[in-house]
Formats: sequence, structure tokens, C-alpha cells
Amino acid sequence: MAAQSATASRSGLRSALPLLAPAYLWLTVAIFLPLSAMVFFSFMTDLPLSGKSWAFTLGNYAAFFSQSLYLTLLLASLRLGLEVTLWCIVIGYPAAYVLAKVLKGRSREAIFLLVILPFWSNGLVRIFSWAMVLREGGILDTALNAVLPFKINIDLMYSYPAVIIGLVHSYVPYMVLTCYLTLQAIDDSLIEAGRSLGASRLQVLKRVIIPLSMPGLVAGAALIFVPVVGSFMEPRILGGRTGTFYGTVIEDQFVAVFNWPLGAALSFILLAVVLVILAIASPVLRRAA
Amino acid sequence: MATTRILEGLGRLYIFLLLAFLYLPIIIMALMSFNVSPFYQLPFEWTTEWYASLWQNDQLIAATWNSLEIAIITTLISVVMGSAASLALYRYEFRGKKVLQALLFPPIAIPWLITGTAMLIFFFGVGIGRGLFAILLGHVALALPYVIVVVSARLQTFAPELEEAARSLGANQWQVTMRVTLPWIMPGVIAGGLFAFAVSFDQFVVSYFLSTPGQTTLPVEIYAAIRKGFTPEINAVSTIIIVVSMALMLLTARFFKFGGEK
Repeated sequence: MAAQSATASRSGLRSALPLLAPAYLWLTVAIFLPLSAMVFFSFMTDLPLSGKSWAFTLGNYAAFFSQSLYLTLLLASLRLGLEVTLWCIVIGYPAAYVLAKVLKGRSREAIFLLVILPFWSNGLVRIFSWAMVLREGGILDTALNAVLPFKINIDLMYSYPAVIIGLVHSYVPYMVLTCYLTLQAIDDSLIEAGRSLGASRLQVLKRVIIPLSMPGLVAGAALIFVPVVGSFMEPRILGGRTGTFYGTVIEDQFVAVFNWPLGAALSFILLAVVLVILAIASPVLRRAA
Repeated sequence: MATTRILEGLGRLYIFLLLAFLYLPIIIMALMSFNVSPFYQLPFEWTTEWYASLWQNDQLIAATWNSLEIAIITTLISVVMGSAASLALYRYEFRGKKVLQALLFPPIAIPWLITGTAMLIFFFGVGIGRGLFAILLGHVALALPYVIVVVSARLQTFAPELEEAARSLGANQWQVTMRVTLPWIMPGVIAGGLFAFAVSFDQFVVSYFLSTPGQTTLPVEIYAAIRKGFTPEINAVSTIIIVVSMALMLLTARFFKFGGEK
């Protein structure tokens, strides 16, 4: 705070502007103007390029609401997001707990790094690596048949479970990371106090640990849910024909069907959904901060 | 207590299983890139044939160079601009500062599918079109918020009295920045740069919408290859990418730690 007041004496936007302008101009040109343009385009009949005639229309949004396909796919994507998020909580939260409360010292540091390392590597490549595990005659298939006395066929490739597995693999480190940060901040004496006052392990978990780590859970859920709802590459690679989701339909509008205005409208609807979700999550996060 | 011991043991076992889940597919992919059979058949027979044939694949090599060039230029631009912006946000108080800081989060939080398609529409509309330049424009914008956040975090540990002291000893603003502030925040700047490089080098979604058949990056080229059908060459190049990006992040982690300790 002393730092703030010391610098405030040389205050002023005028001195800050030359340093700020390049970065924020770039962000304006490459992020904020494009997002505005997308909204604008979503109300057009056609692209105003190369002399094509165009007019303003609500048709692209009418298409979303009149054809049940888009709504169905949006719901399918939301369900996918929900399922992946839940799996990430179920798998990631206990891991975060062990990291924060059981492991100590160097082994904790090393394992923490090992857990978050994969999510800095290329997501596309990691999704692709599952193809080799899940396909018929793949590693999972071969391994299970070598162990089990009877013959089974595991062909998960190009199925809904394959998409779930790939996405959970991609996003579970986020959950471990955010939950670890909040779990680590919980004072051990609170847990001991609860125990010594006669609470069972389960009661301590329910009444102390989970409530105190809620911000981490919510942050992790938001960080996972939002990109999964907009995912298209993962369902394409691992889902095959069953992998049609809202994101893949948007992709199609831009790279296959070339109906950009409709694609823009669909993107904007997704953006609205995403913003609503972030708005719902933000009070919990702010309470934590 | 015995129960505690057992629970802790189970906990360790659980972490081990999670790590197996996270690393097995990657390890299998890496192994398969050294397997003779192009259809990933077992038993395993060692070969480096697929790595050798990578060198013959001109398309992949061209895309790799594009990826590297764009990642390096993105890193340089976003580090310079981002560090400058962080300094301004740290040093000066002005109206709207909170808004400017809040504006850093949409680029991180909005799914890349939305950002990427929006860029495609806008760049087409204003005549920039698609291609490597458009990809570079996009990558810098994606990397900038990360750089600003990382450098700002490092600046929080900086004592402004040092700047005051240098100034009172007769240093001008430029000298203060270059000789006092910059050396201090250097670990943050380097970490931010590594972040920027990783964001750009691993970027798929935004590059995908902004690329054209001749002007493309490595992840986009890999995606096209995967959709045409699996080949061991993709395993080989994927293995190289995974190793490079993990090494890069280990490096970042080192800098982060050094940043915290000093």
C-alpha cells in the first residue's frame, strides 16, 4: 500500500499511455474489434465483401430457435461440459487433497509439477495419443485380452465415452491446480480442532474442508466447463460420427459450409452462454478473494 | 494411528494412478513412434524409420518452420509490449485502470473457438485476410494477457524505494527503468516470454481458422493429417512436440521458482 501512495505522486494517464498504448491497441485490433465485428456480422444476410448484396436480418438467430438441431446440439455440448467437469471434480479433488495435505516437501513439489506438466503440452497431440489406446486392437484392447481369460472387444474409439475420456485427460490438471491452491491454504489446526471436538473424518470433510475449498472447486469448474462447451477438435478426433456437437457445427459454418453469418450468430449465442456461466461463478470467486 | 497410515498409503496410490492416467497415452504414443508396424501392431519392433521419413515430408517441415518463426516473433513482440504495459499498470494511478486490468481476462476466458472465428470474420472484413500475418496478429493478442499477468506478479515483489533512490541519485526515467527495474523483473519477463512461446507454439484453434493451405502451422498440419488417417509419422512429430513443450514448461517452472526466491 505504501508502494501505491509513493507512485501515486507521479500519477496520471498521460505518463502511462505511451507504455500502455501498444499492448491495448493490439488487443483492440485482434480481440475486441473482432468480437464486435462478429456480433455485427451475425445480423447480416451475407458477407459485405466482393460486392455481394447484403441486408440486416434476424434470420440467423431465427434459424437457431426454429431448427431444433442447434438447440439440441447446444444442450448436448452443455451436457458434455457438465459431465467432463463432474469427472474432473471426482478425479481431481482427491488428488489435490493428497497433494496438499498428505505429501510433504520435495515429493509434493515434484508430483505437483508432474500433474500440471501435461496440460502445458500440445492439447491436440494429447487427444491424438488416446486414439492409439482406445481403438480396437489398440493398447487397452490388447492389454485387457492378455490379462483376462475370456475374449473381449474394447473398441471405444469414435464413441461418446472416448470423447469424455480425452477431455477429462485434457482438463483434469486444471481442477487439481485450483483445488490444490485453496486446500493448501486451509490451516491444519482447523482440521485438528474439528477432529478433537469429536467430528468424524467424513464430518470434517463435509463441514470444514469442502466449504473452505469451494472457491477452488468453482474456479476449476469454470475453467473446465467453458472451453469444453466450445470444444470441437476433441469430439472430431475421438468421437468420429458420434462427435457432432455445438462446437463442430460452428466449425463447419466457417470451414465447410461457408455460412459465416450463421456461424457468427451461433458463436455469439455460445459467448452469451459462457458469459452467463462466468457471471454465476464470479460471486463465489469474489467472496474467496 | 493405523487408519491414518492406511489412508495416506491409499492417497499415494491414488496419485500414482492419476499420473499413470495422465502419462500412459503419451508414453504409448512415443513408443509407437519407434514401432515398425505402421498400424501400431504388436509385438514391438524398434525403428527410427518414421523419424527419418519426417525429414522427407516438406509440408510438415515448412509448417514447423512457420510455427517456430511465429512463436519467436510472438514472444518478442508480446514480451516488449506486455512488460511496458505491466510497468505502466504498476507505476501509475489513473481512472479506468481497473477496467484495463479487467480487459485482460476476456482473451483468456473466452473459448478460442469464439475468438478464432471472430478474428477470421474481422480480418477478412478489413482486408487482412488469412495467412501467417493474420496468425501472428492473433497469437500476439492471445499471449499478451499472459505476459502482463506474469510480469505484474513479479512487479508486486519490487520495492519502489529502489526507483526513488536511483532517481534521487540523478538517474533519469530511462536509466531507472533499464538499470534498476528491468533487472529486477527479469525472471518474470523470461517466464512471461516462455508462456508466450508456449501459447503460440501449441496454439491450434486460432491458427486453424486463420490458416490457408500454403500458410499454416504445425498443429494445423497435424490436425489435417489426423483427419486424413493416422500415420506413424504423426506419432513421431507429436512426440517431438510433446518433448519440446514439456521441456519448455520445466524451464518456465525453474524461472518461476527463482523469481520467488530472490
